[in-house]
Amino acid sequence: MTFSPELEARFDKFLAKYPADRKRSAMIPMLIYAQDEIGVITDELVAEIAQRIGCKPLDVNEVVGFYSMLHRKPQGKYHVQICTNISCLLVGGDELWERASKKLGIGHKEVSADGLISLEEVECIGACAWAPAMQVNYDFYHCVTPDQLDKLIEGLAAGRKPEEIPVAKVNC
Amino acid sequence: MSDLVKFTIDGRIVEAAPGTLVIQAARLAGIDIPSFCYYEGYSLQAACRMCLVEVEKTPKLQASCTLPVAEGMVVHSDSEPVKQARKSMLEFLLTNHPLDCPVCDKGGECELQDMVFRYGAGESRFTENKIHMDEQQWSPVVFYDGPRCILCFRCIRVCDEGMGVGALGTVNRGALSLIAPNMGDHLNCDECGMCIDICPVGALTSGSYRYQTRPWEMEHTGTICTHCSNGCKTTLGSRNGQIMRGNNRDRSGINGEFLCIKGRYGYDFYNHAARLESPLLRVNGKLEPVSWSKALSAVAAKFSSIRDAGGTFGVIGSNHTSNEENFYLQKLARQVLKTNNIDHHRTGDIVTLIDALAGSTGQLAASQDFYDSKAVLVIGSDLALEHPLLSFQVRANYRHHAAHVYVATAGEIREDKYATKTIRLSQASELGALEELRAALSAEPELLIVFNDMVKGDDVRKLVKFGKSLGIPVKYCALVDYSNSRGAADMGLMPELLPGYHASNMPGMTLPEMLASGDMSALWIVGANPLKSAQLAAKKAFVVVQDMFLTETGERADVVFPAAGAYEKNGTVTNVCGEVQKLNRAAASVGAKPDLEIMGLIAKEMGAAAQMGAWLPETIYKEIQSQVKGYNIPLAMVTLSAQQSTPVNGGTGVASRPDLVWSAHDGLFTSGTLGRYSATLNSVMEKHRSAAADQSTVSH
Amino acid sequence: MLYNQPNPLEIRLLTRRFGLPKSASIETYLATDGYKALERAMGMSQEEIINEVKASGLRGRGGAGFPTGMKWGFLPRQSPKPKYIMVNADESEPGTCKDRLLIEFDPHQLIEGMLIAALAVGSQQGYVYIRGEYRYLIDVMDRAIDEAYARGYLGENILGRGLTFHVATHSGAGAYECGEESAMLESFEGKRGNPRIRPPFPAVAGAYQCPTVLNNVETFAAVPAIILQGGAYFAGLGTPKNGGTRLFCLSGHVNKPGVYELPMGFNLLRMIEEVGGGIPGGKKLKAVIPGGSSCPVLKADECDLAMDYDTLAAAKSMLGSGGVVVMDEDTCMVKAALRIMRFYAHESCGWCIPCREGTTWLRKLLQRFHDGQGQRSDIILIGDVSRNMLGRTFCPLGDAAALPTISIVEKFRHEFEAHLDGKPCPYESKSRLVSA
Ligand SMILES: Cc1cc2nc3c(=O)[nH]c(=O)nc-3n(C[C@H](O)[C@H](O)[C@H](O)COP(=O)(O)O)c2cc1C
Ligand code: SF4
Ligand code: FES
Repeated sequence: MTFSPELEARFDKFLAKYPADRKRSAMIPMLIYAQDEIGVITDELVAEIAQRIGCKPLDVNEVVGFYSMLHRKPQGKYHVQICTNISCLLVGGDELWERASKKLGIGHKEVSADGLISLEEVECIGACAWAPAMQVNYDFYHCVTPDQLDKLIEGLAAGRKPEEIPVAKVNC
Repeated sequence: MSDLVKFTIDGRIVEAAPGTLVIQAARLAGIDIPSFCYYEGYSLQAACRMCLVEVEKTPKLQASCTLPVAEGMVVHSDSEPVKQARKSMLEFLLTNHPLDCPVCDKGGECELQDMVFRYGAGESRFTENKIHMDEQQWSPVVFYDGPRCILCFRCIRVCDEGMGVGALGTVNRGALSLIAPNMGDHLNCDECGMCIDICPVGALTSGSYRYQTRPWEMEHTGTICTHCSNGCKTTLGSRNGQIMRGNNRDRSGINGEFLCIKGRYGYDFYNHAARLESPLLRVNGKLEPVSWSKALSAVAAKFSSIRDAGGTFGVIGSNHTSNEENFYLQKLARQVLKTNNIDHHRTGDIVTLIDALAGSTGQLAASQDFYDSKAVLVIGSDLALEHPLLSFQVRANYRHHAAHVYVATAGEIREDKYATKTIRLSQASELGALEELRAALSAEPELLIVFNDMVKGDDVRKLVKFGKSLGIPVKYCALVDYSNSRGAADMGLMPELLPGYHASNMPGMTLPEMLASGDMSALWIVGANPLKSAQLAAKKAFVVVQDMFLTETGERADVVFPAAGAYEKNGTVTNVCGEVQKLNRAAASVGAKPDLEIMGLIAKEMGAAAQMGAWLPETIYKEIQSQVKGYNIPLAMVTLSAQQSTPVNGGTGVASRPDLVWSAHDGLFTSGTLGRYSATLNSVMEKHRSAAADQSTVSH
Repeated sequence: MLYNQPNPLEIRLLTRRFGLPKSASIETYLATDGYKALERAMGMSQEEIINEVKASGLRGRGGAGFPTGMKWGFLPRQSPKPKYIMVNADESEPGTCKDRLLIEFDPHQLIEGMLIAALAVGSQQGYVYIRGEYRYLIDVMDRAIDEAYARGYLGENILGRGLTFHVATHSGAGAYECGEESAMLESFEGKRGNPRIRPPFPAVAGAYQCPTVLNNVETFAAVPAIILQGGAYFAGLGTPKNGGTRLFCLSGHVNKPGVYELPMGFNLLRMIEEVGGGIPGGKKLKAVIPGGSSCPVLKADECDLAMDYDTLAAAKSMLGSGGVVVMDEDTCMVKAALRIMRFYAHESCGWCIPCREGTTWLRKLLQRFHDGQGQRSDIILIGDVSRNMLGRTFCPLGDAAALPTISIVEKFRHEFEAHLDGKPCPYESKSRLVSA
């Protein structure tokens, strides 16, 4: 498999982090960064990573199924993750989730027809004090109001980049 | 040895070696603590929580499967909290376990069913929907029913640790966790069925047995696998004389619960459509079914006239027929047909090894030695593929005793993975490379050297010399191919050696000589297929064949007798380590007769019945016991368990014949001519062939 | 930019650089006593460092509250194996969002804490296991690590004093269970995040089966202050046996949610009122989860207590990870129990029967109950099933699922009864969203 030079460089860095006989430690980091580039975890990727870290494809497969951020089905270009766990729930996280789902006409782990947006109801993302919270790919949105959610989703659906939409991301 | 630890369990004071787990110590003391995930011999999981016990001065219940005994520890394994905990675990399990016991293959031998019965957790308070999933077929042999799976991880461990294959894993998380095969939706593995056998419930089922019958409807017969030379005991379950399944559920025999695909599923040749059910006689150039009496009298008449006319007989014996049959055959040949032209296909040079070890005792390895010996040197053989039990034992030896394994083979083998040292050599002339191992080997307390047909003739002597020069106790095992290859040699199915490796004073023709000679008057071939790969030079020879199928050799015959298979008869066989074991009849044959009976009937027709004696296996065994060197073992003992024969004597006094020794190197899914008639072996081979095409990434 | 305004009641020790310009940079760090503690620790023996940490009364901030100095002391001194320092930045306990800030705003404090731990046990390699969702923090941390290498605070011959220590980040990929220390080590080694059989504990057989110091981000972050200002000073900030300050994550129904550094033993009601600014809309307090979703809930009348490990244990709850989740009178406790159980069922690793099957059973049961299909006997069943998990699972996740559930059915039984007979949830109609 060929990856971008940036990803290859990252892989090299990952593999150098661990003792020489412990390359398997790089498995999860490699998987998640590769998924970011390819969009999904394929059998081919599984075999490739297995080969690079010296284990069986089965060993990688076991891992892929365990971690909720690793996906065997393609996600949208923008993966919208809305937290409905306890702190968010208390301030309407579940309502945000339903609103987003209705607006997009897709449910949990579904992708919009144009492949642009996917939706996931997620567990606590560590933004409890700034709830309700959500993430678009890796970017956090704190204290999200229904209005902001609408703007964000409409903007993304119209093909705009998150940073072009006037809703404050944090820590980016 | 260090002092024993004393602890109390259920009011009894019990002693155990330090490091013993409470569950083990309890079971040794006759207190059965239940478990699903704990399984003797495999790595610890502590996942099922069935083994929880109360330990005084510890607030929480403890998993006894990971708790080592400690001096003064007070354990309760039958208190109310413990029983309540067990019951609750079962209740948890049943929340997602389908209650389809009436149709489940495991019904009647299911550990979950037994425990629910024992702890009374039959009534569930679970009223929610269960997770449904379709059953998956992973190979011709292995089926998986996810909802039935209780995730005890036994299958994963037996495959990885026991078999050294590692074809199973866990996917998903939490309640959605499932066992998964290595190739995504199918397996690439040894197809041994160990995972199915070890599964405590009906989650893993076998292609051959599923939905066929219920355990209690079968009769179970323990006999010896008729495929490779390792001699595993297989327990055949039969109903109305039909074999329904193979396993070794009572864990008796040299193999414990181990069986490879052949021992477990490879019985299915016995009712193949091509089985011969009637004698065949060549009439007007064509083989036609005839009555037994017609065929027998034709053979007897011909044999008698050839003998009386001083014609030349050739007799070729089998690697699969019983010791009794082999002994009877050579006796009939030598005493009635008056010929020493008797041989069989030799698959390993046991003859030279026995000669090279002349005068010594205890140097022929037993199968237990593969598990016990502190060090093992494997020469030439891809052990895991060609000698599955021996390989299994070496792996267990490594896991349990940290045995040192040395490998000297042409290519990579499974043993490489955990070998202390590996060297590559492709022929016996390179055996000098063993010198690289000398320092390491001579530092071992003991050694078992196992070699295949790469080492034969004088090379065997050199190897034994090398072994002697190490200055440590060394045992040997000369690998041979089939279920009674060793017995054929022991019983004297050789022109130069009589039973017990005594030199014949009038050596006859060897197998290739018999085939190549244009002067043979008659050839009698019992359970062998030499014409598969050779031509019979004597165009006019009268050929008699005994076999289960019409083989290439049978096609050339003038008379063919339908023979019973190993699972249809009684007798004894001798495995690669010289261990004598008992064959017990598990299935009825249709039309066929055991080879012994066929030979007996021929002898009778020739008027030699009195001279040969009764053709009952027990009677002949007595003769073997008294006449064959190393076989002085009462049949009663053989009936109880495998008994190693000790045929080494003062030297055979014959020249080595390495030219006669060659192994067919059958792998896991082939078994000589026999393998061609096993639907299971063929379907698996077919699958593997197509898998090889899509460049499998599974290492072995 | 800070996510919430500081409160005057805070004692800003670990958070003192929060809000400084470029607080994550090594320049800012060095300008504010950064790496001074390391220099001091270099002049101390291993024994002395560990004793100082013991004297500080520092207890693990990840949840279990095990005394940190004692844990470090468990590492075998004479082991020929390499030793590892492992930072638990998996922060996934619902209600907890503090480690995020400690890395985002002061990553060098964490590196310095790791360095001191490395000195104390003789380690040359550390890793920071960061949950995959915190991708931006991996970048922050990597940048800080690069800076520290560039300035000679990491690498070989650190500060010319012969010390070698390397640090690298490691990304998780979404699994709460990987916050459990032994599951984290499995995950770190490229495996499923199933916990390990213990003993042996990480101190003896951790990463790659080598002796390992494994602590929470906040635990390591407290170490530089302890070395610099003394264990006694740190201990004096809190209550007996509960040294120091603690980052409390105040969330739910308070006017000013946020992460606040308060002394150990700070009164919970006061925290809600004076730090959190009280409950919006002047509503009444119903319940508080004092330390992340794994802790038994406290009823309003149980909340007048000191927030330290021992006081909460006496109240049959836990200080946990510092996630204080405040619930007002309009909160449906059945829904809360359901949401919490959905989390544990989703996150159960599946290794052991009681947790795997128990959480899923309870999730389904609570869902049905909340949907109005509950029966009176279900209320007892919820408690029973939870108690059947309690103390019997392979790792503490099972307890974490059972404990809050048991506390909610016991303390709010009347709310379950209010859902019986097909009645709709009494709290459902009111929206919680703020449209500002
Ligand atoms: C299910 C579970 C999840 C946990 N999650 C975390 C976590 O996200 N972060 C953390 O620091 N500790 C977590 N812990 C606690 C760790 O197991 C461990 O005790 C802690 O990291 C040790 O560090 P400390 O002594 O500094 O607290 C968790 C424990 C359990 C049982
Ligand atoms: S067995 Fe022990 S057996 Fe299985 S978990 Fe126990 S807990 Fe156990
Ligand atoms: S509960 Fe939503 S971020 Fe924590």
